Amino acid sequence: MKTVTFKGGVHPPHVKHATEHKKIERAQLPPKVYIPLQQHIGAPCKPVVGVGDEVKTGQKIGEAESFVSAPVHASVSGKVVSIETLPHPVGANVLTVVIESDGKDELSEDIKPGGDLESLTPEDIKKIIREAGIVGMGGAAFPTQVKLSPPPDKKIDTIIINGAECEPYLTADHRVMLEHSEDILFGLKAIMKAVGVEKGYVGIENNKPDAIKKMQELVKDENNIEVVALHTKYPQGGEKQLIYAITGREVPSGGLPMEVGVIVQNVGTTAMIAKAIKTGMPLIERVLTVTGSAIAEPKNLLVRIGTPFREVIQQCGGFKQTPGKVIMGGPMMGLAQASIDVPVVKGTSGILVLSKDEAKQYQERPCIKCARCVDACPVYLLPTRLSHFAQHGMWDEAEDYNALDCIECGSCSFVCPSKIPLVQRIRLAKSQILDRRKKK
Amino acid sequence: MEKEKLLITSSPHIKDDDTVEKIMYGVIIALIPASVMGVYYFGLHALLLIIASIAAAVVTEAVFQKFRNYPVTITDGSAVITGLLLALNLPPGLPVWMAIVGSVFAIALGKQVFGGLGHNPFNPALIGRAFLVASFPVHMTTWISPVDGTTTATPLGLMKLQGVSTDYMSLFLGKIGGCIGETSALAILIGAAYLLYKGYIDWRIPLSYLGTVAVLTTVFGQDPIFHLFAGGLMLGAFFMATDMVTSPITKKGRWIFGIGAGILVVVIRLWGGYPEGVSYSILLMNGVTPLINRYTRPRVFGEVKNNG
Repeated sequence: MKTVTFKGGVHPPHVKHATEHKKIERAQLPPKVYIPLQQHIGAPCKPVVGVGDEVKTGQKIGEAESFVSAPVHASVSGKVVSIETLPHPVGANVLTVVIESDGKDELSEDIKPGGDLESLTPEDIKKIIREAGIVGMGGAAFPTQVKLSPPPDKKIDTIIINGAECEPYLTADHRVMLEHSEDILFGLKAIMKAVGVEKGYVGIENNKPDAIKKMQELVKDENNIEVVALHTKYPQGGEKQLIYAITGREVPSGGLPMEVGVIVQNVGTTAMIAKAIKTGMPLIERVLTVTGSAIAEPKNLLVRIGTPFREVIQQCGGFKQTPGKVIMGGPMMGLAQASIDVPVVKGTSGILVLSKDEAKQYQERPCIKCARCVDACPVYLLPTRLSHFAQHGMWDEAEDYNALDCIECGSCSFVCPSKIPLVQRIRLAKSQILDRRKKK
Repeated sequence: MEKEKLLITSSPHIKDDDTVEKIMYGVIIALIPASVMGVYYFGLHALLLIIASIAAAVVTEAVFQKFRNYPVTITDGSAVITGLLLALNLPPGLPVWMAIVGSVFAIALGKQVFGGLGHNPFNPALIGRAFLVASFPVHMTTWISPVDGTTTATPLGLMKLQGVSTDYMSLFLGKIGGCIGETSALAILIGAAYLLYKGYIDWRIPLSYLGTVAVLTTVFGQDPIFHLFAGGLMLGAFFMATDMVTSPITKKGRWIFGIGAGILVVVIRLWGGYPEGVSYSILLMNGVTPLINRYTRPRVFGEVKNNG
């Protein structure tokens, strides 16, 4: 198989075997859902329901008032029992609508199909995407409709659907590509129409040959859509790395993909767009991978947004070993959780539970200048130097050495034989540089 | 329900298996063929020098770290490498106490005074060797023939002083006068192949170093094959110029490092006072490594040229 890739990167163990061949299962309805009013990058939503209100599945409960935002919807039918500030898996506490399910899962009357793709205008499509509360489901959770509305001076000519799923352990995107391939194709066409683009690609890492084959079959009669096999290497799914691998274009330093005429969307997001257009269903559930050595029965689960992690883990047989670390997302860029009493949000691509033994803290050793971090950096930075600058508060030097270009993929920290927290120090340098800029 | 006790750290949450120890022990394993050949050719005294030099290096490291109230890290293998490499760079007939002095000097003033592992600007084993050459010039240039145990000259010495060449097979197998670990190119190449396979050294430095020597000796009318296999060039190119701590971190820098060291070796061998120049060529390039790093920063992904 001919593959394309980027320069640099690392080869972490895949560890996808536990779930890659398991069909997506629908999770049981939870007794209560906790729906944060902010599940995206941008402004939080304003609640449009009150305590005591009856809500139906798919009903809007949080309105997005600013441009960079996305509404949220009830993921079950039942009664709003409280609206309070509760822990959120991304960190800070967020205003959250708590709904007690009535178990009926009654659909809201607002939900109706958007019509066929031919009759919809680009504006219609974008409106459906916005109203459905769709955000980037790969993890970053940037409002999709905003991404599809570049300023008029940026000419977009290519859409890339990101099916790399380069994070170890995760298989949700893989399963979506196998089981909802038509939705991905439909979603891609919708995006191409919404942005007015002629060329579409689906990029898939070659450790998922079945998904590549399936998608290739599907697009064989589409002359402007191509499925591209990517070399399996982390961070192949990073936007800039993916664009480079497929188009050979380099997104300029500090710039966005649209500067080189490309928009990238995750496969889950793309399938969700298709669903929103076909059925009118907003983003109230998503596929996520529940896995790791401490999980009794690893699964790919279709889970309602707002379901607590604890509930999801119980539906996977609970813990078979003492959990040491619970991560939302993959092991390379996922977020460690303080508690499993946080809800699944739109950006939750997986729940990874490492055992006590695996959740190690490493003793840092001196840098031996082996330069593996230099070879691994997909942005061609010198992580060892940046880490040194950050350790000594040399922020000007860190800025001069392009700390702000770091995409925080963590390849440097992964390969370091001295177990130096390189990316962690570079993050510190980035925040210091930005803080100092603000003060000036 | 009892709350789970969860560890919270920032990503990445997994790390590669390779550690400093694994790399160091990998280098030691790679040096075994050269050491074995050295003992085979030069006898038990060579083995004694190797053991004494390693022991002195490890003890010095431990004493220094204790004295400075630092954690004692002699099990990481780095002091063992310094001791072993120094021994492999010593004439096989050297008195044992001189090897010990050199090894103590290498660790104390070549490594620990700078802050220990990772902080030394120069290759500690070569610092030890340079110190011994300066202190005991006669002992450090007295060579033994592996054939009959009598005093002999190295192939480079024979070439420089008497214009006598040595046959390729002897050079390749190491049946010649020279330092304990430098004579057998075959043994060194076996170890080097292992290091390259494990990814513990970058091919750019040995290639550019050896390539430069081959090209320049040809240009100046010498026999390039003789120059590649004679003296300490093979050992230096694969085991000392590639020392991670003291060589550049950038790829372009490694090319410059290798080419620079190659030029220096040829200059010293052809026009210098010594017949051999490998140690000095590497030490001199070690000295400019920070400068090389500074001026060979790679272009950042997506960097836009400031020309409009």
